[in-house]
Amino acid sequence: MSARRQNLLGRLFVYGVLILIAAIWTTPTVGLLVSSFRPGDDVVASGWWTVFRDPTEANLSLDNYRIVLGTVGDNPQLQEKIQRGQENINLFGAVLNSITVTVPATVIPILIAAFAAYGFAWIQFPGRRIFFIGVVALLVVPLQIALIPILKDYIALDLSGTFLGIWLAHTGFGLPLAVYLLYNYISSLPRDLFESAFIDGASHFTIFTRLILPLSLPALASFAIFQFLWVWNDLLVALVFLGANPQVEVLTQRLLGMLGTFGTDWHLLTAGAFVSMVFPLVVFFGLQRYFVRGLLAGSVKG
Amino acid sequence: MKVELENLTKRWGDVVGADSINLEIQDGEFVAFLGPSGCGKTTTLLMVAGIYKPTEGFIRFDERIVNQMAPKDRNVGMVFQSYALYPHMTVFQNIGYPLKLKKVPKEEMQKRVQRVADMMGIGHLLDRKPAQLSGGQQQRVALGRALVKEPQLLLFDEPLSNLDARLRLSMRSEIKRLQMELGITSIYVTHDQVEAMTMADRIAVMKDGRLQAYAPPEELYDQPRTLFVAGFVGNPPMNFMEVEVDRENGDYHARREGFDVVVPPDRGEKAAGRGKVILGIRPEDVTLADEGVSGEIYVVEPLGRDDLIDVRIGDAHVHILADPTLRLKIGDNVKLKFNTHKVQFFDPATEDSLLWT
Repeated sequence: MSARRQNLLGRLFVYGVLILIAAIWTTPTVGLLVSSFRPGDDVVASGWWTVFRDPTEANLSLDNYRIVLGTVGDNPQLQEKIQRGQENINLFGAVLNSITVTVPATVIPILIAAFAAYGFAWIQFPGRRIFFIGVVALLVVPLQIALIPILKDYIALDLSGTFLGIWLAHTGFGLPLAVYLLYNYISSLPRDLFESAFIDGASHFTIFTRLILPLSLPALASFAIFQFLWVWNDLLVALVFLGANPQVEVLTQRLLGMLGTFGTDWHLLTAGAFVSMVFPLVVFFGLQRYFVRGLLAGSVKG
Repeated sequence: MKVELENLTKRWGDVVGADSINLEIQDGEFVAFLGPSGCGKTTTLLMVAGIYKPTEGFIRFDERIVNQMAPKDRNVGMVFQSYALYPHMTVFQNIGYPLKLKKVPKEEMQKRVQRVADMMGIGHLLDRKPAQLSGGQQQRVALGRALVKEPQLLLFDEPLSNLDARLRLSMRSEIKRLQMELGITSIYVTHDQVEAMTMADRIAVMKDGRLQAYAPPEELYDQPRTLFVAGFVGNPPMNFMEVEVDRENGDYHARREGFDVVVPPDRGEKAAGRGKVILGIRPEDVTLADEGVSGEIYVVEPLGRDDLIDVRIGDAHVHILADPTLRLKIGDNVKLKFNTHKVQFFDPATEDSLLWT
């Protein structure tokens, strides 16, 4: 057997294993996706894979999405479906709430952490090491420990159940990791750049806005994705600090509520789950291009 | 602008970066700080730039003490070894950045950047990003950025060490020409003694944070004040051997095993009667001759124009330059003639010159 042939076999094996893993990983998701297009009765009656036997017979439609997004209109057939106790499952408001919570809860910690990381990395001040060690040490503190004391304070301050409250909570929980990540990146930027900017007459603030922020985009983007996904998928913090008020309820809470009310309505739950997945995907692909390596290329040589 | 350093010292705890540096730089002068890495030359430069605050001593610009002055108020331009260009800005923005920070009006900025860029020969590259430039072009951008604010003092931190050998030669002469034309007082940090010798009006040789010598290149070469300076300046480096100098019949003899040369009285007398002293002589001051000190060739290194030959005299080694057409081989016996008007003598304990102190 020639070496080339052996090489080919090896590659086939690797690809085979990769395809297998990918298939195992994807199957449940595909199942959920298919279910989200099927009528509720069918979902209960037969498995989602039966659809592939004869797709024309499968009654696939966007009805589930219309119901969960509240865009039924005056389609009598759909309204009839809702009649069976399925009012008030409009996810639309919950999506808006989730966005209202997530965007500031992502932006605020990034801003604070970038300033802090620059300070820790490049400004001399007494106690710098101690403070930094303190921040890093907070990484290992589980947030559950802080829930009750903070909730007590929030109730005293009247912040419980408000968006401001949950922004601050997510900011606090996200900061240690953010500071740590950004510190690692910012402290690795070449010293010469700062010295050069100082000599050219830049202040710390100018250096921060004109040099640090643009050069740190890859780090900022990766943390933004982490934080966005974490806040978007968070249920615990939202339950504790927002409470069960439908006015401010976020997507995860609403989905949970659907499960509780209609434990058997898998067709609606799956549709809701896919609606909630759209935004993280948009964010991920939107920021992905900042991961391009070599943003620093041409800055310093050697 | 005249620059004066007085007892300039920088310490970080027990680590001494620069130790009581005293020197003055005349207006328009080109001074090189020369020394091996870690000798404190960059530390001193950064103190002049205002990045580091001196622990002790003073920096004066035209008689004015500037120790506490912020870097931006010192009106200095600096070129870094790594160039330190802003990677996300175009060449135009890079060069114009100091002006932008000074809030120079747009039109004037446009004009000045264009003029500097044309002077540096990169006027056609203004829209490019640094990553799209070659090393030499990046270096010119860095130089342009330092020049655009019309500084009174130019600082160079090993600006040529990242360039390839050919480009280094051409940039070397270009920087020197530019400095002479503009007449800006300049400090040039380098570990390359050829760069320092060719470019500078005066060279400050540093070692372990201390100033070893501060003199014009020729003086540094012909009248080294310490053993370190003698060995560091010049390529190939000076030969050293331990000898004893005695007066005999009115002549001064420098002797060691298998070695006996007569040195001129003005030099011999300063080294005589001190027991063992170190004799130093440059390779070009030793020539092959029909008679003289005999030795055996130990190594032959062809350099192209010359052969560098290591000759063993007893247990001492002397490097000399010889004509390659002589086709000398390892093991050949040769006779060496020493140009004794150029010998140096050093005290082995203090390593100071016995001739020039």
